[in-house]
Amino acid sequence: MKTEETESIVLDSIKKNPKEIVIEIKNLYKSFGKQEVLKNLTLNLYDGENLVVLGKSGSGKSVLIKCIVGLLRPDSGTINVYNENVPTLNRKALDEVRKKIGFLFQSGALYDSMTVRENLEFPLRRMEKHLKQKEIDAKIIEALENVGLPEVIDKMPSQLSGGMRKRISLARTIVVDPKIILYDEPTTGLDPVTSEEISLLINDVQKKYKTSSIIITHDIECARTTADRLIMLKDGEVYEKGSLNKFEKSTDEVIKSFFK
Amino acid sequence: MKIKIPVSKAKEIAKKHTLKLSEKTILKTEAANNSLTEFADVILFITHLIKETFSRRFEFREFLHQCFLIGYKSLPLISVTGTIMGFVLTIQSRPVLVRFGAETILPGMVAVSLIREMGPVITALICAGKIASGMGAELGSMKVTEQIEAMEVSSTHPMRFLVVTRVLAATIMIPLLILYADALGIFGSWFGANIKGEVPFILFFSQAFSHIGFIDFLPAVVKSFFFGAVIGLVGCYKGYNAGRGTESVGKAATSAVVLASLMVLIVDMMAVQITDMLAK
Repeated sequence: MKTEETESIVLDSIKKNPKEIVIEIKNLYKSFGKQEVLKNLTLNLYDGENLVVLGKSGSGKSVLIKCIVGLLRPDSGTINVYNENVPTLNRKALDEVRKKIGFLFQSGALYDSMTVRENLEFPLRRMEKHLKQKEIDAKIIEALENVGLPEVIDKMPSQLSGGMRKRISLARTIVVDPKIILYDEPTTGLDPVTSEEISLLINDVQKKYKTSSIIITHDIECARTTADRLIMLKDGEVYEKGSLNKFEKSTDEVIKSFFK
Repeated sequence: MKIKIPVSKAKEIAKKHTLKLSEKTILKTEAANNSLTEFADVILFITHLIKETFSRRFEFREFLHQCFLIGYKSLPLISVTGTIMGFVLTIQSRPVLVRFGAETILPGMVAVSLIREMGPVITALICAGKIASGMGAELGSMKVTEQIEAMEVSSTHPMRFLVVTRVLAATIMIPLLILYADALGIFGSWFGANIKGEVPFILFFSQAFSHIGFIDFLPAVVKSFFFGAVIGLVGCYKGYNAGRGTESVGKAATSAVVLASLMVLIVDMMAVQITDMLAK
């Protein structure tokens, strides 16, 4: 669990260096038909921080990160990733921005028809075309060692457990050295022990790869372990933001219902 | 000259002339709207497919992999189907030809039937069942498990990687499978002819090929490419546009088979009409 001291250091550092914003979202709106999912959402992600986005199912958390990575196009608003406004980018420019962003899908999204090695090789071959086979192999082994599963390199995803699939999915995300990682409910569907392991792994990745992360979750233990800062979404809007300490001491009923 | 109508009267007239739609009409309108939306989706899908097909970065390795899966992996099924097709056609036709004393034209008749119609259509229908359903289920499950989105965030164009390669592989491999089925069909026919008599292999084949002309062969080959394209296109469209949830994977696979089979028959009907018109 991150201490209050660590949080204050991060927030102080953010205040001292206002230029360190890696993702800046302003007045974001997104609706599907008549249903408004995101309403005037504004948030920043600072360099090197883990920002946890909390919220009930259907509050727009996953839609938010899918908009950031360009999988969904917002109705209005700006999403600046390293000063590039994602919704206005053409395909080529978007691909360049995506090279800086890793995305851990809720389901893991490992390619069923490929082995673990091929799953990790796939983004490497497409995003870092200059690499030679030896370098690719070395990166794959390094990523697998970092998630503690080098022995499953030649297995198929169907031969892996839920926790292992999540780890391999994380390995596939970090193998291309992203600057930002977006985690979509990384502990959903896992037992408490494995959830804790994944949460600790998220911290390890942050330290080792010096990444900035947005972690979408409704798992409070995961939030406690990983969060430098939290934001709570309710009905597509930012309901509350601040440190873990602020959230845990909150008297607000909605927030308290999460931190029981 | 202006006619002044009181507001109350105007409201009454407006109410009288307001179109009242029954529930049945509303449902029909919604169904028509859905059909038009689906049609527009298909057009957009094909446009996107054509655009990506001619893009500079072609996924050649994946294309070869799909050719292997569609072509080589279908060989056992097509071998059995082709052989049985020729065998059954011979056994069924022989008694009629014997009755008219025209047994000698059996090899030629079977060859023409197989090459012009039965070979392409039956093989295409078998391929619609195997390949279109496979594509629908595979892409549908990839969509449900977010694999297509994962591909997109890895700077890979899913349309180029998944759809273009599959449609092109089907367009090229299905005509080859059809030719292979035709050849085995003639072999099956020779086998069938030998059950009630002894016909030398070389004599049977020379008889068969003496009845086949360029006009029999070319339209069949041309329509085979269209069969392949339609099977690949329908399978990929249904899978790529599958809904969320595991139920939609089954729906995508089933509707891919049904629509692909139907489209094969429609393309065949059109091809026959065009060939007939050109022959005149």
